[in-house]
Amino acid sequence: MTNSPASTQQHKQYFFAKFGITERLLERCLGEALSAGGDYADLYFESIASTSIGIDESIVKSASQGVSAGCGIRVLSGERTGYAYTDDLSAERLLHAARTAALIASGPAKQPVAGFTETKTPSLYPAPAIDLDTDLSAKLDLIQRADRTARAYDPRITQVRAGYSDELRRILIAASDGTFASDTQPLARLSIFVLAKDGDRTARGTSGGGGRVEIDFFQTEKSPEHFAEEAARQAILQLSAVAAPAGEMEVVLGPGWPGVLLHEAVGHGLEADFNRRKTSAFTGLIGRQVASSKVTVVDNGVMPGRRGSLNVDDEGSATQETVLIENGILKTYLSDKLSSRLMNMPHTGNGRRESYQQIPMPRMTNTYMLSGDDAPEDILRSVRRGLYAVNFGGGSVDIVSGKFVFSASEAYLIEDGKITAPVRDATLIGNGPEALKYVSMVGNDLQLDEGIGTCGKDGQSVPVGVGMPTVKLDKMTVGGTSR
Amino acid sequence: MSATTIPTTPYLTLASDIVARALKAGADDAEVTIHEGDEFSTTVRMGQVETLKESGSRGMGLRVLVASNNGYRVASTSTSDFTPEGIAHLVNGAIALARVTSEDPFAGLADASEFGQLEGDLQLFHEDVYSLPSAERIEYARRAEVAALAADTRITNSDGGSFDAATGRKVFANSRGFAGEYRASSCSISVSPIALGQNGEMQRDYWYTYARALKNLDTPESVGLEAARRTLRRLDARRVKTQQVPLVFSPEVARSLIGSIFNAASGDSIYRGASFFTGKLGQQVAAPSVTVVDDGTLIGGLGTSPFDGEGLPSRRTVIVENGVLVNYVLNTYTARKLGMKSTGNASRGLAGNPGIGPNNLFLVAGWQSPEDILRAVPSGLYVTSLMGQGVNMVTGDYSRGASGLWIESGELTWPVQEITVAGNLRDIFQNITAIANDLVFRGSVASPTLRIDGMTIAGE
Repeated sequence: MTNSPASTQQHKQYFFAKFGITERLLERCLGEALSAGGDYADLYFESIASTSIGIDESIVKSASQGVSAGCGIRVLSGERTGYAYTDDLSAERLLHAARTAALIASGPAKQPVAGFTETKTPSLYPAPAIDLDTDLSAKLDLIQRADRTARAYDPRITQVRAGYSDELRRILIAASDGTFASDTQPLARLSIFVLAKDGDRTARGTSGGGGRVEIDFFQTEKSPEHFAEEAARQAILQLSAVAAPAGEMEVVLGPGWPGVLLHEAVGHGLEADFNRRKTSAFTGLIGRQVASSKVTVVDNGVMPGRRGSLNVDDEGSATQETVLIENGILKTYLSDKLSSRLMNMPHTGNGRRESYQQIPMPRMTNTYMLSGDDAPEDILRSVRRGLYAVNFGGGSVDIVSGKFVFSASEAYLIEDGKITAPVRDATLIGNGPEALKYVSMVGNDLQLDEGIGTCGKDGQSVPVGVGMPTVKLDKMTVGGTSR
Repeated sequence: MSATTIPTTPYLTLASDIVARALKAGADDAEVTIHEGDEFSTTVRMGQVETLKESGSRGMGLRVLVASNNGYRVASTSTSDFTPEGIAHLVNGAIALARVTSEDPFAGLADASEFGQLEGDLQLFHEDVYSLPSAERIEYARRAEVAALAADTRITNSDGGSFDAATGRKVFANSRGFAGEYRASSCSISVSPIALGQNGEMQRDYWYTYARALKNLDTPESVGLEAARRTLRRLDARRVKTQQVPLVFSPEVARSLIGSIFNAASGDSIYRGASFFTGKLGQQVAAPSVTVVDDGTLIGGLGTSPFDGEGLPSRRTVIVENGVLVNYVLNTYTARKLGMKSTGNASRGLAGNPGIGPNNLFLVAGWQSPEDILRAVPSGLYVTSLMGQGVNMVTGDYSRGASGLWIESGELTWPVQEITVAGNLRDIFQNITAIANDLVFRGSVASPTLRIDGMTIAGE
């Protein structure tokens, strides 16, 4: 190995020094993994150190720290995947895991390519040298400020819970195709939950954010006061919410987190594993119109500091910005090594996994719609009767039928072009390959979310980002109770 | 002492040893959890093995309580490093963290008199799950998928058949004299076929069997056939107009409503006023025919354990009796907050404070057959699947994506999709107007078929 930047040396040295991993051992494990044949093998070493601290009823009720480490070994043979992992990083246990993963193949042994080539990686986020902070006073200060701010916002705020959590994930990947990559990935999040009470009405408000950042982010860019006021504002607002409408209507989605629409309506359906198996409602639609011509959607893993960003994906491949839908036309799928090879498609660097115990698969990073030309005020003014939804809880999708839902936690009625009453929680439902065809206006105000999203697929959770400008859909079904 | 507990195992000794070290390092009380598990999973797709995974891991967590003038300061650490160095970090780290937290007058372990565990063999661990050779495990998955694919020519694709097996050991010890350990096993077969409708739209559904012992699983063929039946009945689904009609929740979706009753009665939400059940103890919160029970003592149950996350014996708790809320579900902390006794519902991971979780949770069966319930509905929706998380436990507002079958003159007719069903849980529980006799545990939460009136369908 030659010419690796200092930071890569630092990531790599961590595993070499702390766990006694050597290049020779990596080669032996890969050789063992391919001892029964197969097309490809990789090793994924992971070490995670995490801290969380929480305030509740103005009492710091919890503080915890954890460390875990392990290695996952994968063998690919055609469409088959063999996988084994160990939390004991001794040579003996690693070789045993390699032999277990090798059981997927049955043929003459293969040899890994000689020598490793390091994946060139950007530095999208800081790489702290210390695993666990022993001094939690700065983190304590953040949650105490959040608690005070939320309580001071309004006397009707009765409960405040605030939590700060961070983790430092170090990874090292070596593969039989010569891939060698390592990274240090910070992830921090501040989250706030409040309750407001007025007579017999109770309402909740939630807020939070962060990214691949260190604690200074919350001291300089997004303060605990910012998040606390947002949570308190939502709870107070919901005290006066009226029943949400039911049925098809015009829907305007606000900028930022409502981009979860894209994540559910199109993002998952464009993950290459579903399309390789022809199980996605988007299968066979590349080159076809799947959205209004005003819609361009990208997945971008190389945004500095963002929650969904990665210097390198969990297969050791470079991440990138990928245009998924351009002016309404479906351009490509999000792929990992297995799907790009089997489908003979470009590799987009979207192979991700929750941990060393999991098989990687195509996943989104930061997924958002580009800005259009419309002023947000004009978009709202154009609606006679509809819903303006600005905050969402979460969503989900049935990949096969394309049906998706996402649940509004802050929304308002629009009547004659004006925002009127806030409405109670309601789920919105649509059909992925059709929903974005009803986009008739796209705002000039693209925003990314605050950095709180976690995406689940096949039982694996990974941090992601979403974003969107203000968008008008001419038709969508709103799941309220009011006629 | 129960038969599932062996007082001298290495892990139990290790747990007690770490408790002692934590006390020596400055803790006034300590709790240690050790989890160890092995997992096997395989997926067969279109007749070919797609994934094969086999491994194990372990971890431990320490929670320390340091006494102060007014209660305890609490902190916790966890690690996968079982070396002496790893354990030293675990202990020292927890003690250091306890300096950061605040004293909490309600924190503290349960009274010594409350600790204990169920006697006798609870049949949680079965050797057959562990001993089956890989080739036979793959065969279970393959047979289930073959049965689904062969069921009908409209089934053209598949997300695969799977066989999963897991065995695990849970160890818990604390400084008030509790030390317990148990092993548990589980295995499952599932299959998810995909069918093609007349207009080219694909639909998928699934079916599964899940048990503690291999011998208690349904046959792979029956799982495959049921998955095929459920998938085929979704084909060529339509939307319906926005309207209010009676809904009949199939057992698979009714389960989530029973989960909401548990969550609404959870002490953590009750003491902070974050549940619409707050202050409702002794009051009518559901229709008079509704009785909901959490029972951690069912022999071989998928939610059974000899003791809870704090070392209290598992028990049977009636939550709602004839529609009246008779018990909150509590751990030690929330019980103290409310001036009550724990119901043995403490749940816990390796790190953090104990939470609250269900054991075997169910709604007691009624007397009507599901067919009788359908027959009484002139026009309505039989709900077979729900999407999304649109349940607000603070307000009770409920709005979820749904699909199912339209009921016309008491008969199931054509499939319905891309609609929502909405209401408020307070009304939904009161409007359970019929309960069927088809209660079957397919996991740790179970419900019979339920009819619910007064909810709104949003569609065209």
